[in-house]
Amino acid sequence: MTATAPAHNAGDVAADTAVLRALRRIRGPQTQRNREFWLLLFAVVVAGTALTLVQLGALGRIDPMILLIGGGLAVLVFALHIVLRFVASDADPFVLPIATLLTGVGIAEIYRIDIANHATGWNASSNKQLMWMAISVAGAIALVIFLRNYRVLYKYTYLSGLAGLVLLILPFIPGLKADANADVWISIGGLGFQPGELSKIFLAIFFAGYLVRTRESLSSVGKRFAGITWPRMRELGPVIVVWLISLAIIVAQHDLGTGVLIFGMFIVMLYVATGKTSWVLIGVVGVVIGVAVVSQFLTYVQNRFNTWINAFDPDLMEDQSYQLTQGIFGLAHGGLLGTGLGQGRPQITPVAESDFIITSLGEEIGLIGLFAVLCLYMVFVSRGLRIGVAGQDDFGKLLAVGVSFTIGLQVFIMVGGVTRVIPLTGLTTPFLAAGGSSLIANWLIVGLLLRISDGVRRQPRVVIG
Amino acid sequence: MTKELRRISILVLVMFLALFGSVSWIQVVQADALAQNDANRRTRLDSYEIQRGSILAGDTPIATSTPSGDMYSFQRVYTDPQMWSAVTGYYNPALGSATGIEKAMNGELSGTGGSNFLSSIERIVSGQPQKGANVRLSLDPVAQKAAYDALQGLQGAVVAIEPKTGRILAMVSTPGYDTNSLAVHDSQAANATYDGLVADPNKPLSNRAIGGNMNPPGSTFKLVVAAAALDSGKFTMQSTFPNPASFTLPGTSTAVHNSWGGPCPAGDGQTVSLADAIRFSCNVPMAELAVQLGDEAIRTSAEKFGFDKAFSLPLESTASTYPKSLSADKTGLTGFGQGDVRATPLQMAMVSAGIANNGLVMSPRMVDQVLGDDLSVLKQIGNTEYGQAMNSDQAAAITAAMQASVSSGAAQGARIDGVDVAGKTGTAENGDTDPYTLWFTGFAPASNPEIAVAVVVEDGGGQGQSGSGDAIASPIAKKVMEAVLKK
Repeated sequence: MTATAPAHNAGDVAADTAVLRALRRIRGPQTQRNREFWLLLFAVVVAGTALTLVQLGALGRIDPMILLIGGGLAVLVFALHIVLRFVASDADPFVLPIATLLTGVGIAEIYRIDIANHATGWNASSNKQLMWMAISVAGAIALVIFLRNYRVLYKYTYLSGLAGLVLLILPFIPGLKADANADVWISIGGLGFQPGELSKIFLAIFFAGYLVRTRESLSSVGKRFAGITWPRMRELGPVIVVWLISLAIIVAQHDLGTGVLIFGMFIVMLYVATGKTSWVLIGVVGVVIGVAVVSQFLTYVQNRFNTWINAFDPDLMEDQSYQLTQGIFGLAHGGLLGTGLGQGRPQITPVAESDFIITSLGEEIGLIGLFAVLCLYMVFVSRGLRIGVAGQDDFGKLLAVGVSFTIGLQVFIMVGGVTRVIPLTGLTTPFLAAGGSSLIANWLIVGLLLRISDGVRRQPRVVIG
Repeated sequence: MTKELRRISILVLVMFLALFGSVSWIQVVQADALAQNDANRRTRLDSYEIQRGSILAGDTPIATSTPSGDMYSFQRVYTDPQMWSAVTGYYNPALGSATGIEKAMNGELSGTGGSNFLSSIERIVSGQPQKGANVRLSLDPVAQKAAYDALQGLQGAVVAIEPKTGRILAMVSTPGYDTNSLAVHDSQAANATYDGLVADPNKPLSNRAIGGNMNPPGSTFKLVVAAAALDSGKFTMQSTFPNPASFTLPGTSTAVHNSWGGPCPAGDGQTVSLADAIRFSCNVPMAELAVQLGDEAIRTSAEKFGFDKAFSLPLESTASTYPKSLSADKTGLTGFGQGDVRATPLQMAMVSAGIANNGLVMSPRMVDQVLGDDLSVLKQIGNTEYGQAMNSDQAAAITAAMQASVSSGAAQGARIDGVDVAGKTGTAENGDTDPYTLWFTGFAPASNPEIAVAVVVEDGGGQGQSGSGDAIASPIAKKVMEAVLKK
């Protein structure tokens, strides 16, 4: 490389190449992608095995059709892998395989429930989920290709915020609204869609951008009281606005889960950005007060708490806590090792393929399987948090932290709800649950994390003068 | 930011640890308790997939599970349902109910009992489907059929016991009911049938052999009174009693008569022996004897035979009763099995069986063995002694009186050619105008007894107050004993 370069003198040339070599060593070869390849292969094999086991367990034979479709999706996922080799070769190697594995296992379990319910064609959630997965992975590919530099999003901070709010309000626009327990669904040409899932991402971008712009004033000195520095009133403003928005979601849309999720995301991002524990305290107190006040006159909140505490009360088991108790019975039925894929009875639990996908999985793959799934989620979240630690620009760090913490919080709220750690809410389990909007949103997050992690790694740590 | 991120990481870790904990709690710690919860359909649906074991009477299957195409996987099928209804009861997964042996031996039949443990392990290892264990009853289909056929058209029960072992050889309660109609998986139809049976005034669901509305044992109770007399040491079978045509109960103006109105047709006209009082079933001398013995002594004897005790056959019997603290006049009434004494045919069969077995009363039982799928014996049920009601000399003395009753006394309806039968009839009053309850209890052959029988026919056998125990109950017992002895 340096053989034909104009030489100043032999010593300088030698130093240049030495530095370049060092740089290259620091940057590293494409070990990330190679690592990812093997992990991806493993993920695809495990998901395929799960699908086959479901067929053997529930049907007693193997139906090649589903495996072919699964194979097609595996090809799509590897396509994303190849795209990454070209456009984001330093992206985190764990994110894509984990997402693939979780989505694949989710599809296997949804398929199992479809078999039990004798659902076929477009009534079968697994067929729909396969379609959504194709769209989601395609969306991730598109995001990775077209968003070369994630810092571009910083420019669109306020636009993102607006988009997020609009998406949240969409279900209230007449003509679009579809019915459901929570007013969070819209219907596009007969296909149900939850715009609130996408709004998570936009709001995360908004929060990250906003906090980067205002972190100085937010961290500035305020009054000291009880050993903690409390912010001034004018800084409190935006926080209160977000708090109100979250409450509005809970009250108007009957969606306790999303309200808590968005508020949680914001408070954590605020804390990471400013480092002030006072925000956390205000946040926690705010949520508690908000929920307490709201539960006084919102019956559905009271019902949730009542069902949580008295789940096994025979009166409630008939209808209110039926779903929750059946899910718990399913988990207990699985025990340590599970009943085996295709051999449990997850379909007894209502809406087993989305809200209660975790209990359905828990019944069939047992405690050991659930531990594996939870560990996968933990690693996924930790990869996002790692970017927060390793990154150098605040926007990328905050965005990565916000988005991955949200996934972690969502898993906690969901699994905690079905296992009675906290009251049950209507959130979906990322990647596992049947639901197009959730899958698309989470795969977009995958694309985003890949893009940000690649951007973070490319910033050389050695500054060359 | 790093410090904050570290704290957030710890927060995430704590959240997930909480999830690990809660999931473990449910799937390991609470798993068994949740599986037992009544509302847990999964446990029940799992149990349906296990083929329920068969119930055998001797070598004859009387209840089997055949594959059905519905959600319950198997259909319970009963052979000769009306004849066996008191024994098997019914099992219906659609109603979630079981009675009779189906209920009492449910653990073994459904494959969840302790005796199934090893065979379950074997099955898991060999990969075969789970099955329940089979239950072999001590009941003898020959005896059962003889009893059932003889009871046709009557409302009553028969219990036959093997005196040496306590094994129940026959248990029939009529009218019976069609257990197959209650085992159908259509719960609406089954419930309708059940409601009909409950409303039926003949009470087909009531197991008259071991419970239901108990009857006064009538003259069959004289055996117990005689046993009490011998046991007290103050009397023998030759002790004599005044023989008037009627006897006024002490402290009252109530008079006791013999059933034919006159004095006992034996003795020297003034007195009659205890043996003859048994032989001819005279009430007056027995009432006098009872007053002399006192209720304590009679009750002690009765309880040695099994009165005031509920037995697990494994069916739960109702305890026959001899009340406490009776006044002298009431005691006198019990001398011939009236008053407040109540007994089941099971109890009166135990009385006969005890006398037949040299005074040693065996605990009655219905189950012989629990068998695995390949008819290997998983559990063998042994005999249990209940207690010595009297010594063998006393038993022999009463046996002689009972033999006399059958050969030349009041129980001649039970005579069998070539066989020495010992027996005692009873015709119990139920109130001034109500039909009598007709009884027989006895055993054969007298010298080496193989079968002890008790028969009760309620509702006067359809003859109101004109039937007698000997005319109606004795022939039934004769047919049962013949069927067994002449096999």
